[in-house]
Amino acid sequence: MSEAGDDRARWAELFNIAPPPDQAEQESRRRGLFSRFKESLTRPRQAISPQLAGVFAPGLITRDTWDELEEALIAADCGVDAALALVDELREEAQQGRIVNRSEIAAGLAAAVTHQMAPEPPTIPLGGAPTVILVVGVNGSGKTTTVGKLAHRLSDLGQQVVIGAADTFRAAAIDQLAIWADRSGAQLVRQGPGADPGAVAFDAVAAGTARGADVVLIDTAGRLQTQHNLMEELRKVHAVVGKANPAAPHETLLVLDATTGQNGLSQARLFGDAVPLTGVIVTKLDGSAKGGIAVAINRELGIPVKLIGVGEKLEDLQPFDAAVYAQAIFDVGDGA
Amino acid sequence: MFDTLSDKLQGVFSGLRGRGKLTEADIDKAMRAIRLSLLEADVSLPVVKQLTNAIAERAHGAEVMTSLTPDQQVVKIVNEELANLMGSASVNMPVSPRPPTVILMSGLQGSGKTTCSAKLARHYQQQGRAPMLVACDVHRPAAAEQLSVLGGQLGIPVHREDGVTDAIGIAQRGIAAAKASVRDLVIVDTAGRTVIDEAMMAELVGVRDAIHPTAVVLVLDSMTGQTAVEVAQAFQDAVQFDGVILTKLDGDARGGAALSVRAVTGRPIYFVGTGEKIDALEPFHPDRMASRILGMGDVLTLIERAEQNVDVDTAKDLEKKMLGGGLTLEDFLDQLRQIRKMGPIGQLLGMVPGFKNAMKGRDLQVDDRQLDRLEAIISSMTPNERRRPETINGSRRQRIARGSGTSVQEVNQLLAQFKQMRKMMKRIGKGGLPPMPPALGT
Repeated sequence: MSEAGDDRARWAELFNIAPPPDQAEQESRRRGLFSRFKESLTRPRQAISPQLAGVFAPGLITRDTWDELEEALIAADCGVDAALALVDELREEAQQGRIVNRSEIAAGLAAAVTHQMAPEPPTIPLGGAPTVILVVGVNGSGKTTTVGKLAHRLSDLGQQVVIGAADTFRAAAIDQLAIWADRSGAQLVRQGPGADPGAVAFDAVAAGTARGADVVLIDTAGRLQTQHNLMEELRKVHAVVGKANPAAPHETLLVLDATTGQNGLSQARLFGDAVPLTGVIVTKLDGSAKGGIAVAINRELGIPVKLIGVGEKLEDLQPFDAAVYAQAIFDVGDGA
Repeated sequence: MFDTLSDKLQGVFSGLRGRGKLTEADIDKAMRAIRLSLLEADVSLPVVKQLTNAIAERAHGAEVMTSLTPDQQVVKIVNEELANLMGSASVNMPVSPRPPTVILMSGLQGSGKTTCSAKLARHYQQQGRAPMLVACDVHRPAAAEQLSVLGGQLGIPVHREDGVTDAIGIAQRGIAAAKASVRDLVIVDTAGRTVIDEAMMAELVGVRDAIHPTAVVLVLDSMTGQTAVEVAQAFQDAVQFDGVILTKLDGDARGGAALSVRAVTGRPIYFVGTGEKIDALEPFHPDRMASRILGMGDVLTLIERAEQNVDVDTAKDLEKKMLGGGLTLEDFLDQLRQIRKMGPIGQLLGMVPGFKNAMKGRDLQVDDRQLDRLEAIISSMTPNERRRPETINGSRRQRIARGSGTSVQEVNQLLAQFKQMRKMMKRIGKGGLPPMPPALGT
C-alpha cells in the first residue's frame, strides 16, 4: 500500500468511517508510523539515552538498575509518581522471575505503558450530524494548528467540515485559522475579534447543522488553567454548544505541549473540572520532548491520548498508537 | 490542587519542627523530600542532583545538626542555594551605545515570542524609547498579522513583508527601516522552532549573523519540563543567547525550568510574563523567585505594583477621610479601582506571605467579577447618594439594583458593609483598636 493510502487508512480507522484495513496492512502501517515517529523521537539521543543505555545494557539487574530506570522515566517527564509506579511494576515482574536480564526491561516497560494507556487504538467516531469537537488548552500549546490539520485530514476523507473560530482573544488567531480553513476547504464561522466565544461556538454548530456538515471543529482561546474567569468562560462555551445540539460536544480534546512538565497534570485536572475531557492531543513530540507527562495524566486521570503531533508538517499529526509511543519514548527498538 | 514546592518544603520542616536535634536519618528524609519537590517543580534532574548535593553537604554540617531550630536552618540553606543558583541581582537587558539596540527573539513554538515581543516593545516605549517591531516569522500563518495587531494597539510601527519567505532579508530591511525612521530599539520576532530542526536553527543563526543583535533572547515557557536543559543548551550552542524571558508565570507552574536554564547556561532571566494583558511583563528578581519558591510570598512585587498604581497624595487624603469617618462610597469606588489596576485580585492575594497556606483546603475564589458587581452597584448611584449613602431608601435601592443588574439584597449588603466599615474606621481614628462587641463579654 502506498504511503499516502496507508496514511488515509489510519485516519479512516480513527474516525471509524471506513472498514479497517486487514491484518497485514495494519502491521505494515504500524511499522511505517513507528519508524517515522521513532525517527523524529530519537534524533537527539542525548536526552534520555545515556541513562537508558545503562538500564538496557546486557547484564543482570542490580539495585542500581531500578534507580537508573526511575531517573530515566523522570527525565522523560513521566513524573515521580508514575515513574515509581512503573518501576514497581517491573520490579514485581523481576521478582517473579519474568524479567531476569536488563535487556528484557525495555520490552517489559513498553508492555506496561501500552497496557496502561490503550491496548486498543483510540477512536473519534463520527456520525453526530454533525459531530462537534471542542479543542481546548493553555496558551501556545498548538490548538489552532491542530484544528487546521484535523480539518485537512477530515476534508481529505470526504467529510464536510465547519470550523468555529472561538478564539476571539488572541490577535490574528482568526486570520491564522482562516488560512488553514482555506487550505483544507473547510468552511469557517467567525465573528470579529473580541466577540463572545460562546456565540461563535453556537453559530458554528448551528451552521454545521443547517449545512449538513459532518464535523464541526471549535478552536478556543488559550487560557491558563488557573485563570478562574477564563475557565468559567470555557465552561460557558461548552454549555452553549450543548444548547445548539444536546449531544454536543461529542469530543472535548485537551491540546498538550509535549515539552510541558508536571504542570500538565494540573492542566488536565483543571480543564477537566471545567469541561469533561474525552481525550488529549500531545503536540510537538519532536524527539527532545518525550511527552511523558501524558503517561502520568493517563495514569492519574484516565484520560486517553487520541492524537500525537510529531512535527510541523501536515502529515506529522497522527492517531495515537500506544505501542509505538511506548517503544519510541523509551527508545527501546522495534522489538514488539 | 497540587502542593507547591513551598507547601512541600513547609510540610517537611513542620515534621521536623519542635523535635530538637536532628539525626542523620532526619536530614536524609528532608533531602529526599526536597529532591522530590524540585523534580515536581520541573527542575531538571542533573540540576536537582547538583542542588541537593550542595544542600545536603551543608545540612550535615554542624550549623544544622546542633541547632535548636534545625528546620529554619535547612530553610535558610535551601534558600541560599536556590538564590545562589538563580544569581543574586537583577540583570538588565543590554542597550547598544550606538542606536538602534537590536533584540532578537528566539524560542520553541508556542513559548510566547510574539506576545513577548509586543510586551517588550511596550515596556521600552513606556521608558521613553522609540521601538519598532520586525515580523520575521515566515512560517506560522498570520504571525505577522498578530504582531501588526499588537503593534497597532500600542502605536508602535511593525515592519512586515507579506509573501516574503526570506527571514534574513526581512530582518535586514526591518533594521534599515528602523534606522531610516530613527527608531532606537528594534525587536525582531522570529518563528518558533524545535531544537532538532537543523534547517530552522540555521535560519536563526543566519538572522543573527546578518543583523548583529545587541542581545539574543530565549523565550521560555515556565511550564517547560525536563527538556528545558536540552532546549537551553541547544539554543546556547546555536545562537549563544544572552538572556531569558520566562513566560506564563501567572499560572500554577512552579517554574523549575528557570533554575535549570540558569544552572546550565549561566544566562540571566531579564523579564517574566505574568498575564494575558500587554502590560503583564515584569523585571525578574532572582531573590524574589527564590523566596517565592520557598513560600515566603512576594511582598516586594506587591509593594512595587502599589507604588506604580497608587497616587501618594490621593492615598493620604483618603487616609485622613477614612479615619475621620468621612469616607464616602465615591472614595471607596476610587480605591477599589486603584487596587484593581494592580492586577487580578487573586494574583495580588497570592503574593501575600502565608496567604496560600492559610487558605489551603478552602475553596476561595476571589472572583474579579464580584468586584465588577460592586463597581456596578456604586456606579448606578447618583453622586449625592454616593456621598450620603444614608439617603438611599427602598425605592432608590430598587432603582440601583435594576441599574446595576444586581438584586436589592446585594445593594443592601454593600450598604451594610460600608456602614460597618465607616464605623470601624472612625473608631480607629479616635485611637486604639475597635473594642470587642459588648455582647461577647456580658
